[in-house]
Amino acid sequence: MVEGDHSFGTVSDKIGDLALKKRTPFHWYIGFAISFIVAQLLLFSVVVLLARGIGIWGNNQPVGWAFDIINFVWWIGIGHAGTLISAILLLLNQKWRTSINRFAEAMTLFAVACAAMFPLLHTGRPWLAAYWLFPYPNTMGIWPQFRSPLIWDVFAVSTYATISLLFWYVGLIPDFATLRDRAKNKFFKAVYGLLSWGWRGSARHWHRYEIAYLLLAGLSTPLVLSVHSIVSFDFAVSQLPGWHATIFPPYFVAGAIFAGFAMVLILCIPLRILYNMKDFITDTHLVYMGKVMLATGLIVVYGYAMEGFFAWYSAAEYEWFMMKNRIWEGPYWWSYWLLIICNGLSIQLLWFKKFRESAFWLFMISLVVSVGMWLERFVIIVTSLNRDFLPSSWAMYTPTMFDWSMFIGTIGFFFTLLYLFIRFVPIISIFEVRTLLPAANVHGHHQDFEENVVVVEETYDRTDPPNSDGGK
Amino acid sequence: MQKKLYGLMAEFDSATDLVDAANRVREAGYTKTDAFSPFPLHEIDEALGIKRSILPVLVFFGGLTGLCLGIGLQVFVHYIDYPLNVGGRPFLSWPAFVPPSYELTILLAGFTAVFGMLFLNGLPRPYHPVFNVPRFALASREKFFLLVEAADPKYDYDETKAFLGELKPQEVFDVEE
Repeated sequence: MVEGDHSFGTVSDKIGDLALKKRTPFHWYIGFAISFIVAQLLLFSVVVLLARGIGIWGNNQPVGWAFDIINFVWWIGIGHAGTLISAILLLLNQKWRTSINRFAEAMTLFAVACAAMFPLLHTGRPWLAAYWLFPYPNTMGIWPQFRSPLIWDVFAVSTYATISLLFWYVGLIPDFATLRDRAKNKFFKAVYGLLSWGWRGSARHWHRYEIAYLLLAGLSTPLVLSVHSIVSFDFAVSQLPGWHATIFPPYFVAGAIFAGFAMVLILCIPLRILYNMKDFITDTHLVYMGKVMLATGLIVVYGYAMEGFFAWYSAAEYEWFMMKNRIWEGPYWWSYWLLIICNGLSIQLLWFKKFRESAFWLFMISLVVSVGMWLERFVIIVTSLNRDFLPSSWAMYTPTMFDWSMFIGTIGFFFTLLYLFIRFVPIISIFEVRTLLPAANVHGHHQDFEENVVVVEETYDRTDPPNSDGGK
Repeated sequence: MQKKLYGLMAEFDSATDLVDAANRVREAGYTKTDAFSPFPLHEIDEALGIKRSILPVLVFFGGLTGLCLGIGLQVFVHYIDYPLNVGGRPFLSWPAFVPPSYELTILLAGFTAVFGMLFLNGLPRPYHPVFNVPRFALASREKFFLLVEAADPKYDYDETKAFLGELKPQEVFDVEE
């Protein structure tokens, strides 16, 4: 999975020097400046929001959940690919994950940070949200309602953010040690030294480190599945037609991974060109990610089909009305068809090698899918709410300028954090890439996270064993 | 006067050399040894006689603590401290308590895994005698090091140094305390 002629040293230098030695490239300044300016939109929107209340948004009755929850679910879904790559693919021993896991995990953290802002600010008075959301003994003697999926969400998302941060940081410790030992600048040496906690690569430390890393992966795997399941419970546990569906948890999880891989592709295709990382993020990686996108995308399309089928099969009047309203008769019919084009049709191109193996097409499809996954949440939330049980309470939903500015602001915030990460932290896990090199194999054994390594008799390498009948 | 030594350290070029040398050092009867590599090596565990860590057991109990905490918290809130009748539903509605308990299980198990690992490793420890060897900076980059501590019962400066020299290292260093 590593291309080019690399040794342990060149791998360390090539990745580590991006953070340490190379001059910051000009495109970094441009990208960072744009992201930072866009992030100011978020600051502006939040200040106005806190000063004037959530009336500045387009939310109304009956569409009480609008952009906040759409954006929350969109961002948190994007985060899921990071954990999938770092945890599930680690357990499945997929070595290609090694060169993309670090920035996919960073992407997870930043996406979760963006996601968490929306429900918190949706409360209107986030400084009071502490006792609404977290169970702590307060002077009023009241507690949160643990039977509500919204409280489950608080626990799921905060646990997810914490464990993702730990996972990311644990992976970084040996790499910070590499930077510490290589830094010439006293200040950076001290900072990376502190961040590495004095890591010295002792065999006993590595032994416990690997156990901890594997256990974290084992814990993150059910966690990531539970997080988006619980996010889907926010909808599925309610009794609203269009939300009250048992398919929601698996369909949401697949959608999250789908959106997340699209975002990983959007980030890593320019990154590998701008930072000349094609040796580590190879074309094979892109093809694999394209395949994962196709597979999860098809699960999502199956979810859409089942939603329609069950609306009809349930023979429930309100369910069927909701579905007709969503697809054809309602005012938001166009959003449904845009969704089908973005998420259903666009990925069919990935069946063909020509599109799957072209970075340009993968990038374009990923952009379309990201829009599609945002539309999916728009469709689920707005088309289900805008025409509810009583025609007298029907209303249209239109986002205001502040809805848009806050959403776009979080995109700027996300990229600001990502640019800082690219500048100061090794974007690829150096020590894990070292294990991919042939020189890492002791007596020809592979170094991986499996305890039992197949014993290879080095003596007979490339020649037939004396007792065999000529390789038959 | 010569400074007190922490031990002797040999540098190797490849992982295979390190593992072979570690095997010989163990066979020679040294016990207070350690190896340093830029990435995890599984063979070294056996070569140095490193026992399997207790960490997974700690993590299990960390998770169990989280589970009990989650169930206990919710039962206390909804059954003991502030029972709230919502539509006549039971106070001990345990299925609704599963998601928070589950998340707390994972949270505490994860904390135990990370902080347990750091604690058992004796980290953070920004200073360690091995850093006194200038070439040790390469241990986080491409070189492999084998250490025999002076505290080892079999340690004898001249004898051990000669023995390490037989293992075909690049170089043998004195590690100052």
